[in-house]
Amino acid sequence: MVAPLNADQPAAAGAAPLQALVERARALSEDVQLEAVRAWKAAHPGRIAVGSLPVWAPRELIHAAGGLPVGVRGGGDGVEVVRGDAYFQSYICQLPRSTLELALDGSYDCLDGVIFPSTCDVIRNLSGMWQLLLPGKYVRYLDVPQSLREDLGGRFLEHELRTLRDELGQLAGAPISDDALRASIAAYDAHRRAIEDVYALRAATPWLAPSWELYLVLRAGDVLPVEEHTAMLREYRELAAASGRPMEDQARVVLTGAFCERPPLGLIQTVERSGCAIVDDDLALGLRFIRGDVAPPPDEDPLAALARAFLARGRRCPTMFLPDDAGQAKGEALVEDARRAGAEGVIFAAASFCDPALLDQPMTAKAVEAAGLPSTSFKYAENTGQFQPIREQTGAFADAIKIWSDA
Amino acid sequence: MTATPLPAAPAPQKDRSQERQKAMLAEHFARLAAAPETGAKVVYTFVPGNLTELLLSFDILPVLPEINALQSGMRQRSREFIREAEKRGHSEDVCTYVKCDLGMKLKGNVGPTGDRLPNPDLLLLSYTGCFTFMKWFELLREEYRAPTCMLHVPYQADGKVTPSARDYVVRQLREEVIPALERITGRAYDEDRLREHLRRSAEAEEDLVRVLRSARRRPSPIDGYFGAVYYVGPIFSSFRGTADAAAYYRELREEVDERVRLGLGPVTPDGPMGPERFRLVVEGPPNWTSFREFWRMFHAEGAVCVASTYTKVGGTYDEGFRHDPDRPLETLAEYCLGCYTNRSLPTRVDVLCRYMDEYEADGLLVNSVKSCNSFSAGQLLMLREVERRTGKPGGFIESDLVDPRYFSAANVKNRIDAYLQMIEQRRRGAGA
Repeated sequence: MVAPLNADQPAAAGAAPLQALVERARALSEDVQLEAVRAWKAAHPGRIAVGSLPVWAPRELIHAAGGLPVGVRGGGDGVEVVRGDAYFQSYICQLPRSTLELALDGSYDCLDGVIFPSTCDVIRNLSGMWQLLLPGKYVRYLDVPQSLREDLGGRFLEHELRTLRDELGQLAGAPISDDALRASIAAYDAHRRAIEDVYALRAATPWLAPSWELYLVLRAGDVLPVEEHTAMLREYRELAAASGRPMEDQARVVLTGAFCERPPLGLIQTVERSGCAIVDDDLALGLRFIRGDVAPPPDEDPLAALARAFLARGRRCPTMFLPDDAGQAKGEALVEDARRAGAEGVIFAAASFCDPALLDQPMTAKAVEAAGLPSTSFKYAENTGQFQPIREQTGAFADAIKIWSDA
Repeated sequence: MTATPLPAAPAPQKDRSQERQKAMLAEHFARLAAAPETGAKVVYTFVPGNLTELLLSFDILPVLPEINALQSGMRQRSREFIREAEKRGHSEDVCTYVKCDLGMKLKGNVGPTGDRLPNPDLLLLSYTGCFTFMKWFELLREEYRAPTCMLHVPYQADGKVTPSARDYVVRQLREEVIPALERITGRAYDEDRLREHLRRSAEAEEDLVRVLRSARRRPSPIDGYFGAVYYVGPIFSSFRGTADAAAYYRELREEVDERVRLGLGPVTPDGPMGPERFRLVVEGPPNWTSFREFWRMFHAEGAVCVASTYTKVGGTYDEGFRHDPDRPLETLAEYCLGCYTNRSLPTRVDVLCRYMDEYEADGLLVNSVKSCNSFSAGQLLMLREVERRTGKPGGFIESDLVDPRYFSAANVKNRIDAYLQMIEQRRRGAGA
């Protein structure tokens, strides 16, 4: 097995700025009680903070309302779930348990509202639980169309977004103007580009930007204003690219299925330590959902442009239906992404009881296999603490890739 | 002394509706088996948000994979079907209806009558109240290589049907679903035929509601959960809008009216139920693999389920909805939008509280099934809310739809017994 050098720590000599950035990202990523959001609200009196559950939510609209979009992603492995457990049956993923725990212990009091995007039945029903448990708080379940037709699904989404826009305007105390929305879309276009640039660096030279580091940097975006997070991503890219970390010969893999409930940091580190370089993933699917810029032309309604981008360039991920006329077969997008990233294998990592990921997996696994890419799979929970079996599994997977690629 | 003559036994009347349903099913499966020869077109679709009247107006035969799965469960075939699907890489964690259906297909797709089910000419994906449906038909599309037509029914997060949502569904019906049905059948949409089927649906719905509401009486003449799953069979599946279904519900209503007149309680698989001791509202689907055993745990203790939400997944007729032949596509849209699991949790709590009140129930029992997050996620909160609002105790059990590995009879019975004892103790406490 190849011993990875960069899996545990930032580069050593001369790497203080990078180390500082990563440590700041770590602190922000562990801020599940949303202290950074409280600080932002204290510094911006009268402005709103609105959370959103995975996967895709139009953060541009919250931003255009002068608000702070906040990623609500559960408690990870740092929250003891007591009350949250009392509301759920045995067979369900972990994210709603810890999310509810944080809602009930007051951690989310700083949120003026929460958007629950169409992701799965659990997230959908969680929106109703929020209505029952937190009366008076703004709750919006955001349905997204499954028809790709602009004049059908597009019109429906536009209506949903318009409703959301009106409601967020009311929450913020002033309607959202087209100009504000254009500016916010531009801010998020820049953010999307910054993310893709970091992903491109990692795909080209994974030893310079190890995934555990990138994971922390991405997670910091849950509580940072988008402009600050874009700056952080850019700075990270520059520092990582110049870090001079030694090249490692690891098996290049795509990690997929972890788009909602987050795997613990230790799991990502375990995969890397076992000899796999993650060259693409869906850990930040919501932020990368729309491929490319939205960039509304001057004569187009920015809201319509956002809806159009969702339809035309939204990822047909496991939370979505793939229509017959989508122009691609099931799993094809994953294979294309893997090829683009130069991956040699695919790791299917799904949260336990995650219906979208686990129901999708047999179909995408078949496509991956047909494309000649080896794959392996395991399940996790956000509070998984035992990584040894995963280390052995992904280590064996990395070895197999290396043996076969050398043959 | 001359013995007072016993009231006429209701069995022959009851048998009449049962026999009719049995004959309807047999005929339907015979037509399905013959479809490859007759050329009849076959559409697979789902129970919630089904468009049976529209399919019938094209002379299309519907197949409902959920019904296949539950029947496989009742026939004790689901274990091997699920095992087969899991062998092919389907996770232990996901919906067992899906795996049971896939396993059945992999094992030859033989239906309950022993005949092979025909392949679909179209997969009509009514995405109503259940995310898993989308993935289920993506999986079936890979198996059958059949075209798929998606009907996206927006969730009623705010507890009401909005004009925008209704228009969106109507447009999909007009611009996507009907053209897809025209393509596979080669026939033009005939709105007059659709209206005729809708008229029959409304007739049957009226009778079904009267049957379900009969459980407000003491003793209840029916079991509104275990018994009612048989009653909703025709209207939830391939028969809504048919003359047969209208006749079935007319007969069923007459039989239940007669039971009411005679003051009789429900008939169970083990015979007439004894004295009614507990009246329960039940939330969640039943377990199918041990259906009779599960039911016995209730009726043996004198517990009758007076109302249930599972019997509303295929339509909330008791809330007043009727298919309206004068607004054919709009009424189909409103039907789809209103199905129980497409409603928000606060709305579902309201429904349960209303049931508790109107049916004078002693408590609410939740059967949380592993397979169905659409139902199960949030049920414990719903239970607490209903307890808080009504002051009546709630009970909670866990099982599954068709995976026998998740039905622990001893545990379930212990919980039910303890729950009924709690109701009894509260009664004594209240009476002291």
